[in-house]
Amino acid sequence: MSNAWQPTCSIESLRLRAKLLQKIRSYFSARDVLEVETPLLSHSCGTDPYLDFFTTTYEYAAQSNKLFLQASPEFAMKRLLCAGSGSIYQICKAFRKGESGRFHNPEFTMLEWYRVGYNLDHLMDDVEDLLVFLSKESLSLSTTEKYSYREVFTNVTGLDPFVFSVEQYSAFVIKHNRAEALTICGHDHNLWLDFIFSHYVQPSLGLSGFCLVYGYPATQSSLARINIENPEIVDRVEVFFKGVELGNGYYELQDAQEQNQRFDNEIQVRQEIGCPLVVKDDRLISALYEGLPDCSGIAIGLDRLLMILTESVSIDDVLSFSIQRA
Amino acid sequence: MAIYSTNEFKSGLKVMLDNDPCAIIENEFVKPGKGQAFNRVKIRNLKTGRVIERTFKSGDSLESADVVDVEMQYLYNDGEFRHFMTPESFEQYQCDAKAVGDASKWLKDQDMCTVTLWNDAPLSVTPTNFVELTIVETDPGVRGDTSGGGGKPATLDTGAVVRVPLFVQQGEMIKVDTRTGEYISRVKE
Repeated sequence: MSNAWQPTCSIESLRLRAKLLQKIRSYFSARDVLEVETPLLSHSCGTDPYLDFFTTTYEYAAQSNKLFLQASPEFAMKRLLCAGSGSIYQICKAFRKGESGRFHNPEFTMLEWYRVGYNLDHLMDDVEDLLVFLSKESLSLSTTEKYSYREVFTNVTGLDPFVFSVEQYSAFVIKHNRAEALTICGHDHNLWLDFIFSHYVQPSLGLSGFCLVYGYPATQSSLARINIENPEIVDRVEVFFKGVELGNGYYELQDAQEQNQRFDNEIQVRQEIGCPLVVKDDRLISALYEGLPDCSGIAIGLDRLLMILTESVSIDDVLSFSIQRA
Repeated sequence: MAIYSTNEFKSGLKVMLDNDPCAIIENEFVKPGKGQAFNRVKIRNLKTGRVIERTFKSGDSLESADVVDVEMQYLYNDGEFRHFMTPESFEQYQCDAKAVGDASKWLKDQDMCTVTLWNDAPLSVTPTNFVELTIVETDPGVRGDTSGGGGKPATLDTGAVVRVPLFVQQGEMIKVDTRTGEYISRVKE
């Protein structure tokens, strides 16, 4: 292709991105949240079985020279929180191998922030404030909606996400012409939830404004803490707009031992399904033993937010150079 | 036989699905924040022409289908089969009515067309986008009508029936868009 040197987005889109970054910085600066930078390259990585990592090597020590490009700045930022940074935010690149499509580029820009002393409700208000502040000039928004995972899942499908019934789940997908779900999901409750949520629930979320979904099943906990009143759910929130996922946040798990156990469980799952080997972040675990302040944090995909603000069809339309032209 | 993984599914890729050759139309990567990624794929079954949607777990794969499009010349119809020939190698292929499908109404002896081969056997026939055919039967039109409004049915030498403007007469040659079945213009001899 002869025009492959050219940017995939317009110059106007570059300006909008610059303006968006300025507004984000002014929002956090006005609230005394400190901007930080952490390394993109790390000796360790996440253990999420559904993430694939870019790796590289660096000849600095004979015993360990493998480095991972971060899939998110979460671990390094938590180490700063444990070291006493107070509330922090970061705008950085994150890398996820194999993720490419209309809403995915393997290298993308993330806004991640942590608020000390915030629980999930506080964080959800903060997310709403920021997103409305960033988009009110470009979009006419209806009021931000907030639903529990169970509520929104049941409203759309009539199914209960917390009561696993292969029969009912199967009947639902067969009725909606996706019988292949039976083969894909088998008897795996979480896979069924992922399948049904992403095919049927998500497309209906946030059609005219931002939509926050909280109270995810405890089996999809990741780094969130278990809800104090209901052990079936975790204090995790996801943000949607026009059926597109924009961000994922937690009331952060403080328990070092439990976090370590979750990492080990995920590493075991990775081995069972044949994922590439990962290196557990022992430094994060050490930091958690030292003590993570009571806090909530979230990551927002800035490229997708720009897509929404500019009503773009593809992520390529807001990237200077998408992966094909990088 | 090549194997394609979901991240290689591109528009136009020919794969085997449920034992039928298919062409990928669209591939959308869907990934919940923390969970299994899926690929929602639109696929055309090349045997039936039907378009279906199918979801795959990301990383799953399909076998490639040995499907190629070959430019051929339409030779003749022997009543049961229609015969085609590749102009370079003079290799001949016979197609039954199922493979020829709707293309039959646009095929005139000696015309070029595209024959899709699956494992070297004809799967479907696609006529060129525009064909020039002769009107063998149509009602006499009203002289002076050049607007094209209204129109009348005309039977062509291949048996196809298209709507033509009133001024177009029996015996004339016309240009037709085979994708829509619509009259384009008269052809000056």
